[in-house]
Amino acid sequence: MSEGLWPLWEVFVRSAHGLAHKHVGSLHAPDAEMAMLNARDVYTRRNEGVSLWVVKSSDIVASEPAANEALFDAAKDKPYRYPTYFTVPEGVKHL
Amino acid sequence: MNAGAVDHSRFEFLLRAGDNGLILGQRLVALLGHAPVLEEELGIANVALDLLGHARMWLSYAGEVEGAKRTEDDMAFFRNAGEFRNALLVEQPNGSFADTIVRQFLFDAWHVRALGAWSASADERIAAIAQKAKPEADYHLTRSCDWVVRLGDGTDESHARMQAALVGLWPYTSELFAADGVDRDLAARGIVAPEDLREAWLHDAQAVFARATLAIPDDAWAPTGGKRGLHTEHLSYLLAEMQSLRRSVPGERW
Repeated sequence: MSEGLWPLWEVFVRSAHGLAHKHVGSLHAPDAEMAMLNARDVYTRRNEGVSLWVVKSSDIVASEPAANEALFDAAKDKPYRYPTYFTVPEGVKHL
Repeated sequence: MNAGAVDHSRFEFLLRAGDNGLILGQRLVALLGHAPVLEEELGIANVALDLLGHARMWLSYAGEVEGAKRTEDDMAFFRNAGEFRNALLVEQPNGSFADTIVRQFLFDAWHVRALGAWSASADERIAAIAQKAKPEADYHLTRSCDWVVRLGDGTDESHARMQAALVGLWPYTSELFAADGVDRDLAARGIVAPEDLREAWLHDAQAVFARATLAIPDDAWAPTGGKRGLHTEHLSYLLAEMQSLRRSVPGERW
């Protein structure tokens, strides 16, 4: 069985109720059903999670590293987007 | 029963339950480093460790029932083949991946039904161990079931290998349901007799083999003996490998 024939899947684990699923790694599997079983066996051996997502890696649309400047640099010099940038006027309550 | 005498039937039952897990676990561990893909390797290791965990609980209890101060390690490493009580099915060689998977499925389907029945045992300790082991066995069955269907209803090559494996291993299943004096004694005391599990097991197996397009062989040759310590030649080799280190340095600690 050539491993190259099995598509790659990304695995997301929710570690506790109320938390978001977090990407933990990837694995190979022929279909979704076995990807789920493999995810359980590979990534939840030490009681890591309460819920699993598996997503075909090819279904994930990723940003281009080459576009990082255009996408992310503009946010670097805009400190006023943080709430802590503003001083709260005296006398303001319930903020 | 005389006060102070060993409860022979209970002891035998616990050895049978424990040895099934220990021997099948050891068989699976031998595949580490040899599984077809990394994901399957971890899956097999998980099943092996679960089975080993069950074996520890059963054999520890067996040691207590015997009352001769034998530990789980004494049970595992210092008994010879004739003293093992596992079913013949679990000691069969790993063979090809088809053989491994069919053996696993036949065992898992029985294991889930057996643990379900033992969970209601009149012996609270047996019931507690069975209840703890049951969810793990359920998962083992999910895995092996998936593989049986996938490979049985797969390519011509995989189908042929699975069918050959089923023909080879099916005869060993009858022993799982063959009751002897030990079983009848325990049935009278509130532990489910093995023959009562067969109908449900067969129903489960037929459903899966139908999906897998595999034909169940006719009942013919039905070897037994594992439960009495009469094993196939494969067990001694397995034990030699499993026990040699412990026996070469008895009493040694990590």
